[in-house]
Amino acid sequence: MGIEVQHVSKTFGTFQALKDVSLKVNDGELVTLLGPSGSGKTTLLRIIAGLELPDDDGFGSVLFSGENVAKKHVRDRQVGFVFQHYALFKHMSVFENIAFGLRVRPKNERPSKRAIADKVTSLLKLIQLEQFANRFPSQLSGGQRQRVALARALAIEPRVLLLDEPFGALDAKVRQGLRTWLRRLHDKVHVTTILVTHDQEEALEVADRVVVMNQSKIEQVGTPEEVFHQPASEFVIDFLGQVNVFKGRLDSGRALFDNIAMEVPELSHAQKGNANVYVRPHDLDINRHRNGSQSLPANIERINPAGAHAKLTLLGIDGNQIQVDLPFERFSSLNLKKGELVYVSPRKVHVFAPDYMI
Amino acid sequence: MISTSRTMNQDNNATSSTIKTQLSSFASAIIPGLLIAIAVSFILLFLIVPLAIIFVEAFKLGIGEYLKSFQDRSAWHAIQLTLIATCISLPLNLVFGIAAAWAIAKFEFVGKSVLITLIDLPFAVSPIVSGLIFVLMFGLQGWFGEWLAAYDLQIIFAVPGIVLATVFVTFPFVARELIPLMQEQGSDEEQAAISLGATGWQAFYRITLPNIKWAVLYGVILCNARAMGEFGAVSVVSGHIRGKTNTVPLHIEILYNEYNVVAAFAMASLLAFMGLVTLVLKSFLEYKVRQDLIVTLEPALAEVH
Repeated sequence: MGIEVQHVSKTFGTFQALKDVSLKVNDGELVTLLGPSGSGKTTLLRIIAGLELPDDDGFGSVLFSGENVAKKHVRDRQVGFVFQHYALFKHMSVFENIAFGLRVRPKNERPSKRAIADKVTSLLKLIQLEQFANRFPSQLSGGQRQRVALARALAIEPRVLLLDEPFGALDAKVRQGLRTWLRRLHDKVHVTTILVTHDQEEALEVADRVVVMNQSKIEQVGTPEEVFHQPASEFVIDFLGQVNVFKGRLDSGRALFDNIAMEVPELSHAQKGNANVYVRPHDLDINRHRNGSQSLPANIERINPAGAHAKLTLLGIDGNQIQVDLPFERFSSLNLKKGELVYVSPRKVHVFAPDYMI
Repeated sequence: MISTSRTMNQDNNATSSTIKTQLSSFASAIIPGLLIAIAVSFILLFLIVPLAIIFVEAFKLGIGEYLKSFQDRSAWHAIQLTLIATCISLPLNLVFGIAAAWAIAKFEFVGKSVLITLIDLPFAVSPIVSGLIFVLMFGLQGWFGEWLAAYDLQIIFAVPGIVLATVFVTFPFVARELIPLMQEQGSDEEQAAISLGATGWQAFYRITLPNIKWAVLYGVILCNARAMGEFGAVSVVSGHIRGKTNTVPLHIEILYNEYNVVAAFAMASLLAFMGLVTLVLKSFLEYKVRQDLIVTLEPALAEVH
């Protein structure tokens, strides 16, 4: 089922959590809402669920397959909502938790006992917890609890699955496992899914499309590739992973910073003026010798060789820090030492002029 | 959390051991014994002995005299009246307590803090004052006195007054017990239930009620103890009409003032026995409520590790 949010605003007291937000999610898509805390992502999710109502300003609407559900109660929206802290029913077994949504249906719509049992068993199989049917939530690990919460939400055959930081309370290893599991599950079940997270790695890995939010607004919507490689704003590039910022100038299609000049053909028509130049650590290379005008000298301050990339912290001449990620082979062939003077050259830059952005 | 508490314990041990070494071995042998002796004699003097005296005095003239005290018609009537007042005020407080706690813990609204404070009012004012409030409202010279008299309704110096006073003084028990627990539990489970299609009522009796049932019982037990034992407020509104408006505590006072010691203590033994039962139930329920709280807090603890 496709979902459309149109011109939705939400105010809590004096705080505006959402400012005229519009978003379209296609049928069967897995979309993540990514942003720092307080950016409005959870509010947007709760408005789609019906747990919050948008401001009654006459503009906002929430459409499920074209039907406006803005006035519909949560109960009638048929959404599967998964909470950050699971919100499992403590006094019910895993089986009863999953069966709950079916058992509370009005008598004439309620499936038979047998049908409920079959449904729950198949869901237990889906979440790989068949042998835990009679356990209570307190007897499960965090990851298992969240899988039960997911099965409970799926039991009502929701039109859309909404996940509010579902892996936020779990440790890194479990999180990684559940993430891949969720993606596989989605490929199997194909229910339209919206997932809220503040973890950019999670967002980029799981999603078909990523919605980056900041200060109650959507900054960019795009595939993980798009938002990572073609960030639409300074916020997006800053939020999605580490980045080095250089103060520079923009002059007829060229970005000038320190003593480097890089061609930026996309900005050839932009106004002359100050600009911020962003370079990802992995878009920087290190050489022992000056390489034309496209490099800047820096001292190696710290080396962290643990990991797939060697992470280097350098100090530029003007004293600002530069982060460089070197592929391990490159790092070992250069045989770099702490304190050495080297030359850093960018392969790719993102330039944001105050009034024009790519 | 565990590691912090461990270091704190170590600190405590460290300080106490340095203190210990400074004291002579004589003092270190005496002081714990002395402290225990003081505590035990305090408990004996103020708790055990008075409790024992009630039963000793009640059975002083033998079990026959003890039982005879209950054959008195006014004694029976006092017991009945106490039970009636309790049976009416308990459900009222139960409904009010759950409703108030539900509203306070699960919703945000204007005047919430005022409501929380008001719930405690009956604890804050002296029971005598609580009684007087009702006399001022419903008494013959009170605000509604004339109107009530015109319709021939009697509240003060009658059973309704006693019930009202009992309801008033026992008002906070259930709500106070529930509010912290329900606030701790939050409303995630109810929201989950409703998103799964449950109606408000289904969410309440399938999710909320099972989560708070021990705390509700705990509140009811305390409420019951107070309702049966209330003296001050009831004393003001009752008028002490023997066989008509006397509850057990009031009846005990009358008997005692008439030097009918055995009968007074026999009645008192009833209340004392109720108190003992209350204590046993209370400690059991306290344990259960703590379990509920641990289960609530547990996911948060799991995160830390």
